[in-house]
Amino acid sequence: MTSDTPVLERMMPRPLRRFDPAVVIAFCCIILLLLVGALYSSSFLSPTYLLQQLKVASFLGVIATGMMLVILLGQIDLSVPWVVTTGAMMACAAASFGPMGSALAIPFGILCGALIGLANGFATAYLRIPSMIITLATNAVAQGLMVVYTGGFSPQDSATPAMRWLATGELIPAVPNGVLVWIVVGTGAVFLFNRTTFGRSVYGIGNRERAAFLSGINTRRIVMLSFVISGALSAFGGVLLAGYASKAAQSMGDAYLLPAIAAVVLGGTHVLGGRGSYGGTVAGVILITLLQSILSVMQIEEAGRQLIFGAVIIIMLLMYGRQKAA
Amino acid sequence: MNEWRYWLAENKNTLIAVALFVFMFAIYASNHPAGFTPNVVQTAANKATLLAFVAMAQSLVIITAGIDLSVGMILVLANCLASWIVVGTAIETTFGIIAVLASGAFCGAVNGLIVIFGRLQPIVTTIATGAMFYGLALFLRPFPGGSVNETVADFMTSKALGFFPMSFVALAAVVLMVWVPYSRSVIGRAAYAAGSSEHAAYMSGMPVKMAKFTAYVLSGLLSAIGGLYLTFFSYTGEAAYASGNTYTLFSIAAVVLGGVSLMGGRGSAVGAIFGALAFRTIGDLLFVFDFDPLWQPLFQGVVLLLAVSISAFGLFRVRNKLEWF
Repeated sequence: MTSDTPVLERMMPRPLRRFDPAVVIAFCCIILLLLVGALYSSSFLSPTYLLQQLKVASFLGVIATGMMLVILLGQIDLSVPWVVTTGAMMACAAASFGPMGSALAIPFGILCGALIGLANGFATAYLRIPSMIITLATNAVAQGLMVVYTGGFSPQDSATPAMRWLATGELIPAVPNGVLVWIVVGTGAVFLFNRTTFGRSVYGIGNRERAAFLSGINTRRIVMLSFVISGALSAFGGVLLAGYASKAAQSMGDAYLLPAIAAVVLGGTHVLGGRGSYGGTVAGVILITLLQSILSVMQIEEAGRQLIFGAVIIIMLLMYGRQKAA
Repeated sequence: MNEWRYWLAENKNTLIAVALFVFMFAIYASNHPAGFTPNVVQTAANKATLLAFVAMAQSLVIITAGIDLSVGMILVLANCLASWIVVGTAIETTFGIIAVLASGAFCGAVNGLIVIFGRLQPIVTTIATGAMFYGLALFLRPFPGGSVNETVADFMTSKALGFFPMSFVALAAVVLMVWVPYSRSVIGRAAYAAGSSEHAAYMSGMPVKMAKFTAYVLSGLLSAIGGLYLTFFSYTGEAAYASGNTYTLFSIAAVVLGGVSLMGGRGSAVGAIFGALAFRTIGDLLFVFDFDPLWQPLFQGVVLLLAVSISAFGLFRVRNKLEWF
């Protein structure tokens, strides 16, 4: 990142220069958004509001973690919308099978997501089908399966108490469990990226898969595993969402594809892979959640929100996400 | 080798798409309760034309090794815009149609400028601009509604000479006026070259940037034609998020079925059109065989999955493991 944006880097004060400019800009934008919000209404800086925002952000955070892993490889996972929905629906479906089903609801939902991820990963890594295309296709298949399963309506099954507790309960007073879940997932991701051979291989493959292969890394297995993890995390995000809303709904995942990609990319992860830090993704997730929240508090209707949302992503990417000139 | 053999080798994928469509349509028409009548053809044609326009739009961008995930949203935007301005007298309607097409081309130009001069990835760019186009569509039509000049709409979806679907005439006209001159021009050849190897094309002095820009602009224009046609069928405008996404998804499926390489540089818009027709026919086969319509999304998804998996057969020809990457 640093070599791409010398201008931005020179503009920054000296102590900040050792950080990734993208992460710094993202955090600056978060502070700016909070200040703008505070001008509008003083409740924007209250702890209740901020914790509420973190809770909402945690669902996106879990999903974006999986997306980041895949983007670091230089791939992309467009199957997020219906993997999220599948995870939610399957977990709720398992809940209707008595106490045994309730106990297994969360693992079952995640397993379904992991299976779709396995299909994505196998096709991408071993069949060499471009990930963008195969994940669109598995997304369509997952949608088809769910439409057949539900008969085109929202399913009647509801979330188990465990799912609700995981999404809305408070293990530590005043800190929502969703945030704790995100912290656990995030810590795991940081450990995976920085302290394991798996993580280092992911960065290597993202930079140049051919070189990683020649260095003796089993690149295909790592790509496949990454897609499995991504699918599992998307489905887990769906499980949390179902717990939050206490049931699953058709197309509940549609609202998560663009924000997940945007959060990862705004956080400074290079779209072509190989570079990026988890701190950036955290900043991106919080930034996008705050942006959505402020736009809705200001009562800008859906049309304006979509417009501003798309424009902000393009503008921020133009500031630091550009590729080198050919 | 004779000249026609080169032609055959170059157009093999397009011809396979044509054959696939003819085969599927033969099954469809022979099992249709009404048989092979002009009405059956007209209904099928009207449904398929929309997708054919969007697939053509997608193929132009994919040939340059890019991708346009905003085609569906440009279609929705054009639909909403047309439901406001393609009304009134003949002159008003004409200007309305021109304005809709111009706005589609403008959307494509925005995509092209951001991708080429902003140097952003086409996939992220077009997802983000797609959100913006959808926002505009929703701004124009918060609720479904509006109307269209029904004389024009009925004419464009009728049967020419009593048996030939007018929508196919329009499709053929667009191919002749847009695709044929484009693919034979220097810019069109440069688009293919840029798709095969952008670096080599640049080094050979081809107008790479102009070619990519033109591809995105034409993609926006063709998507807007699709949106215009949607308005002619439905007589209303609706900012439907799901249908925009579906058209984007199906356009990629159609392009793959039509033999356009997703790596860029190979294939043709004509192939994409036949891919679209074949894809629509496959979806309609379910109705002919009396399946529950609930199964249609799954069936189309599986067809899409199989279509994109076809490209994996190329792996069997790879001798050197390094060529996997």
